Amino acid sequence: MALLEIKNLSADFRNGAQVTHAVKNVSFSIEKGEILAVVGESGSGKSVTALSILQLLPYPVAQHPSGSIKFKGEELMGAPDVVLRGIRGNKVAMIFQEPMTSLNPLHSIEKQIAEVLFIHKRMAPEAARARVVELLKLVGLEKLTERLNAYPHELSGGQRQRVMIAMALANEPDLLIADEPTTAVDVTVQAQLLKLLKELQKKTGMAIMLITHDLSIVRKMADRVAVMYQGELVEYDKTEKIFTAPSHAYTQMLLAAQPKGVPQPFDTAVPAIFHAEQLKVYFPIKAGIFRRVVDYVRAVDGIDIDIRPGQTVGVVGESGSGKTTLGLALLRLIQSTGAIRFNGRLIDGLAANDIRPLRKEMQIVFQDPYGSLSPRLSVSQIIEEGLLVHFPDLSVAEREKRVMEVLLEVGLDPDTRNRYPHEFSGGQRQRIAIARAMVLKPKFVILDEPTSALDMSVQAQIIDLLRNLQQKHNLAYMFISHDLRVIKAISHQVIVMKNGKVVESGPTQQIFEHPREEYTKTLIAAALNIEVVNG
Amino acid sequence: MIKLSPIAERRISQFKRNRGGYWSLWIFVALFLFSSGAELIANDKPIVVRYQGNFYFPIVKSYPETAFGGEFETQADYRDPVVAKLIEDKGWMLWPPVHYSYQTINYNLNIPAPSPPSAENLLGTDDQGRDVFARLIYGFRISILFGLTLTILGSLGGVLVGAMEGYFGGLFDLLSQRFIEIWSGMPVFFLLIIMSSVITPGFFTLLLLMLLFSWMTLVDVVRAEFLKARNLDYIRAAKALGVSTPVIMFKHALPNAMVATLSMMPFVLTGSITTLTGLDFLGFGLPPGSPSLGELLSQGKNNLQAPWLGITAFLSLAIMLSLLTFIGEAVRDAFDPRKIFRG
Repeated sequence: MALLEIKNLSADFRNGAQVTHAVKNVSFSIEKGEILAVVGESGSGKSVTALSILQLLPYPVAQHPSGSIKFKGEELMGAPDVVLRGIRGNKVAMIFQEPMTSLNPLHSIEKQIAEVLFIHKRMAPEAARARVVELLKLVGLEKLTERLNAYPHELSGGQRQRVMIAMALANEPDLLIADEPTTAVDVTVQAQLLKLLKELQKKTGMAIMLITHDLSIVRKMADRVAVMYQGELVEYDKTEKIFTAPSHAYTQMLLAAQPKGVPQPFDTAVPAIFHAEQLKVYFPIKAGIFRRVVDYVRAVDGIDIDIRPGQTVGVVGESGSGKTTLGLALLRLIQSTGAIRFNGRLIDGLAANDIRPLRKEMQIVFQDPYGSLSPRLSVSQIIEEGLLVHFPDLSVAEREKRVMEVLLEVGLDPDTRNRYPHEFSGGQRQRIAIARAMVLKPKFVILDEPTSALDMSVQAQIIDLLRNLQQKHNLAYMFISHDLRVIKAISHQVIVMKNGKVVESGPTQQIFEHPREEYTKTLIAAALNIEVVNG
Repeated sequence: MIKLSPIAERRISQFKRNRGGYWSLWIFVALFLFSSGAELIANDKPIVVRYQGNFYFPIVKSYPETAFGGEFETQADYRDPVVAKLIEDKGWMLWPPVHYSYQTINYNLNIPAPSPPSAENLLGTDDQGRDVFARLIYGFRISILFGLTLTILGSLGGVLVGAMEGYFGGLFDLLSQRFIEIWSGMPVFFLLIIMSSVITPGFFTLLLLMLLFSWMTLVDVVRAEFLKARNLDYIRAAKALGVSTPVIMFKHALPNAMVATLSMMPFVLTGSITTLTGLDFLGFGLPPGSPSLGELLSQGKNNLQAPWLGITAFLSLAIMLSLLTFIGEAVRDAFDPRKIFRG
């Protein structure tokens, strides 16, 4: 008998008269001690399926028109709360994507881990404390055993995710549901966490249901794979089988969708269009009654950058390394020191009004396509805003023509220009954000993690689009990302940043094939092979 | 036809789903429109007079009694049986349904004022023999108008100050926040009482006095929204496009703050109306003789033997404030993106 058996599971969400079928007739099973990966794009119903297992959906807005969920032969669908509470966190545990919001910021880690022990095992405080220490050692947090009273905000993202795993393991569950456990952490941490999960699975013999959109993780971890697409289970088989002989068109597309290709050559004789020297951004730390500046956070600490037309400079680094701050400082959106030259002209001292005419030549595309478009403006209003500022003489018809042209250029239907952002998917929204920058015909564009919030298949399309635009308009790009696969596909030059400083820089090929610095090696190993380099 | 954004459409349908609030809005609008035409409903002058083949409009223009063949040069008193007979002999008069204005005194009472409700005075008269129904609709109108003007002007000021504080931050924010803290520590009610004993209070002086304090209500919420908004990606994108600061503030950031503002406004309105009523009740509000719910309330208190006064004032205030509160709740629900309606 399988550990978990799901048959014909469906889940609907209702909003007034509107019904969304999030999951449609999904059936699969998980054996004892196996790792099943559930793969799919955002909105494909993977998380909803996982939440249905523990009956954690927001009922009655969500409903199950059909289906049965049997855990060790016991029916969970519609089971009374008492039964479910005995299973949640006890026999079936769950870890979530965002470690910051999944832990209660007001309780110490000891209290949070011990809570499950008190509830399900009714352990005595002394025994619970011993078990907490044991669990922390198990998840590789030996250092924290001295600091049981630490609060979540005192821990790093990776440590928080480890605490979450410790909480999940507290009662030795038979099944661990991990919902994108590594999406919110840096690549090096991601590799460590996955290694930990695999080790724990071997040690305790529990089964893991791993939900992810990253196929390289799946290949590394899973015994079997379930591919979901638009609420349906389109393929369900052994991992090697899926990777070597995918049968469904969507799986084939997903496998082919890794960012590929190489950057196009550019004219190296042309002088740099964008140039910065010893760029520094310091945020003051104030203390005492008089708020005197005692020290600085050195977000960007002496960076030199040179970008030529047609060239892409990739900036790589973990979160907190100062990549985004660097981008904002280059465009003069935050205060900085150090010379910045655009087209030979010094722009770091210009007043806001003097720099405005230059803004049409340097643009930025942000990471989150949901946050970077105003929800209250239609697509054409969003795109034409820059035109209104920089080309106020254009007639309404001319403006509309330019908006339609640029929409066509980024691969969107010009007839959709009067719709609102929420009617578009993540990838389409990012295309709108690119169109907003491109409509001004800029010469230099900063791309701040433009693909990080997107699904894998969409990432590849956006990279292709950006590369085509670059070639067509001879654009200079600065591409900020933590994803080395994407960087490899688009950058000519790579700068590796850590704590605001450049660790290593050079041509892409050289960096990837012969990294000199230990940090770069770790980063590359973690990102491309999901391996932990001990060093 | 204005094309509404889908968000606005969703909000309107959310608003309609709160049936209490939706109907309250319609009842309130109907009552307000009804009382707006107070002169056509309760007046001591006829709407139209036909006399010797000519039309006269006493509501908008005053005519001497001599125009209708009377004896005096003063303005005609159309309620005087003598004048009425003079006109009716050679023409006709079209009266509003109620023949009393808010200050008309009924001298033909059989019982000493305040007299109980009768066919002539639907809600009775007050202690000076004036028709309560007429005073009620005039008073209702002045309360609403006062409340609305105060709310709109106060909100404009509050939004403006809050927006600048939140968007620019820094020293300006620091200083104006401290000023607001000190200013809101003033004992507003006593200040109003003192001021109204120094200067003669009228509609506009009272409005100005109350405006000095009421603008602060919205500053904090708007400030918070702008503080949040200035780091949003789409605001940054607008800055990178070179859009000017005022345009960013009003086109991109203000709509965020409008949610908080609009959902607080009905409650600000009830607050303003209550304050005015309170001042009138104490006798420090609108000048003596003006129709007001507060004054009616105080008459009810002074004439407990005439319960129609107190009951009328209480019911009208209770109904008006409840309607506004229901509307306010519905607006708040409509702007709440997580609100889920069952059924």
